Amino acid sequence: MEQPKYDWTIKSENPWFKLDLVNTWEYKDLFFLLIKRDFIAFYKQTILGPLWFFIQPILTMIVFSFVFGKIGNISTNNLPKPLFYLPGIICWNYFAECILKNSTVFRDNANLFSKVYFPRIILPMSIVFSSMIRFFIQLFLFIVILIIYSFKGFQIHLSIAILLIPYLLILMAALGQGLGLIISSLTTKYRDLALLVNFGVQLLMFSTTVTYPLSAAPYNFKFLIELNPMTTILETFRYAFLGQGTFSITAILYTSIATIIIFLLGIILFNRVEKNFIDTI
Amino acid sequence: MTNTAIKVENVSKSYIKGAISTGTLSRDIEQKIVSIFNPKKQLALKQDANLVWSLKDINFELKQGEALGIIGKNGAGKSTLLKILSRVTTPTKGAIKGNGRIASLLEVGTGFHPELSGRENIYLNGAILGMKRHEIKKNFDEIVDFSGVESYLDTPVKRYSSGMYVRLAFAVAAHLESEILIVDEVLAVGDADFQKKCLGKMGSISKGQGRTVLFVSHNMQSIQSLCSKALLLNKGTMQGFGNVHEMINNYMQNKENKISLVDRTDRKGDGKVKVMNIHFIDKKTEKITNNLYAGMQLIFDVELASNQFKISSNLEISLGISDQYGNRITLISNKVSGQTLHPLTNGNWSQKIMINHLPLAIGKYTITVFVASGGQIHDWVIDALPFSIESDSYFGELVHTLPTGQGSFYLDFTYL
Repeated sequence: MEQPKYDWTIKSENPWFKLDLVNTWEYKDLFFLLIKRDFIAFYKQTILGPLWFFIQPILTMIVFSFVFGKIGNISTNNLPKPLFYLPGIICWNYFAECILKNSTVFRDNANLFSKVYFPRIILPMSIVFSSMIRFFIQLFLFIVILIIYSFKGFQIHLSIAILLIPYLLILMAALGQGLGLIISSLTTKYRDLALLVNFGVQLLMFSTTVTYPLSAAPYNFKFLIELNPMTTILETFRYAFLGQGTFSITAILYTSIATIIIFLLGIILFNRVEKNFIDTI
Repeated sequence: MTNTAIKVENVSKSYIKGAISTGTLSRDIEQKIVSIFNPKKQLALKQDANLVWSLKDINFELKQGEALGIIGKNGAGKSTLLKILSRVTTPTKGAIKGNGRIASLLEVGTGFHPELSGRENIYLNGAILGMKRHEIKKNFDEIVDFSGVESYLDTPVKRYSSGMYVRLAFAVAAHLESEILIVDEVLAVGDADFQKKCLGKMGSISKGQGRTVLFVSHNMQSIQSLCSKALLLNKGTMQGFGNVHEMINNYMQNKENKISLVDRTDRKGDGKVKVMNIHFIDKKTEKITNNLYAGMQLIFDVELASNQFKISSNLEISLGISDQYGNRITLISNKVSGQTLHPLTNGNWSQKIMINHLPLAIGKYTITVFVASGGQIHDWVIDALPFSIESDSYFGELVHTLPTGQGSFYLDFTYL
């Protein structure tokens, strides 16, 4: 009669590091539906709808071209300004959105977390992937503009590094996810950090090469700028499409290692907070 | 062949009372610094953060297809237990083992997104509750049918009336295909008809489909009609586990006798005749009960103790019944009926009073007792005993009860 074996056990211990992929895979439908929800909900509330995906980077590009290019006279490595700024803006947007949305994942979903169980990691993961849709749309925009420029006589220098784009995307996603999770884990305990995040991410943008090429950076600060893993990603991205920028295997190696460390740290912290977040909120 | 569906072993849950952290980084650092220089303050802080057990050593086992009602007062730990069972929070100690998928319904419409249409929300909510896409697809028509919002399926749910919203949400949850279903008091929503429909659905889930249901409610009637077993919690500890009628009885008794009547000190009178206790006896079963219902044949069993009482004139024993707002509804008294009592002069005795057809509607009441003879008060306890009428069969089973706000007692009427 009695079955000594059970399908599942709920215990008090929570493993220190856990990325229960089997259990998470069971919830893949939820994962896709969450992505769909984010996407639909985003444009259902707006008049211009999906057009916003284009308006935002183009406006930013125009402002950057004017402020940094025209007024500041910062070098764009002899590239047309829109082509120089756009990849940086697109990548940084994606990265920043991953951080910002992940950093409030506990607060935004407190109600959901306190009422129903599902592998919690699904939510932050769905954020990273739903933002990726936006990234792809904007990347498409960039490619269209690139083609337009090539018809106007601009010589495109696609390099072999273009094969690295998927890898760069993974790095960006993991980096954004990791940092976002670290911040979200800390903000559940310390609310003041949440205030810091918003303008912190904005300021952080200037520590990477969104608005200037790495080659134009003063020698003394170059090291600091390269310390930011996003710098390598941006530079490689630019190099892949435009043939201009810095491309270095060591830098990519460093960025990969830094990303893995940040990502793992994010998961560990997330697991720790997830365990008793409901009891303390 | 019945298998264990869920087995709870020594589950306890503690919370830390007081401040764990101050909530801001700067003040946390400040306190750390203070505590380095001033260890006494640190100690005070630690003591402040003492543990509170909201659940302690809960043990029970449920077989497949059983329905368990979890009852207890507010703060008894019902919700905490549900949260642990549905894996929203972890137990501090102990373990829960089980077979089959668990789905929990702690709230109706969790994860509904106001901008999405009813159709999209069915899929999203279903997935949040743990359903697979193909399961939702399979049940989709049934869900829509149950909810009755068919013509609004492509409207964003923010335009739904609250009733439609709740109906749709419950419909999704009711079609979960998990082997174990955990339900918090979500039936307290919607109109009476829909509540009945929900109860019916829950009944068919546990009885018809052989799935295990755990159900928390303050409504003893729905617990009684749905569940075969009950778990009685009190201040985080298990007070009982077993037959649902027994547990409800225990609960009612427990709920009502906070200070037993005999220990009450706020009484007036010379104490020559003292009311020790009052029991309710169901005439049908001849047993003491706390499950009172309108229309029952009820006996008040008043236990008294006499101490050198001299019978000089007719003894009066009166029970005044007030509603929950303190309004006196009626008085039971042998002075009114003109009956003569035969009290003992010394020792314990009891006086039984029969009500043929209890005319009180569902609600909470209190009894005030008054014992006197020849103008001399012997015992007088105001609000001596609260009791509540939990269900209704004044005009037989399954007849509607008095609507709220339409009074608290019945007249014995017949339409000719």
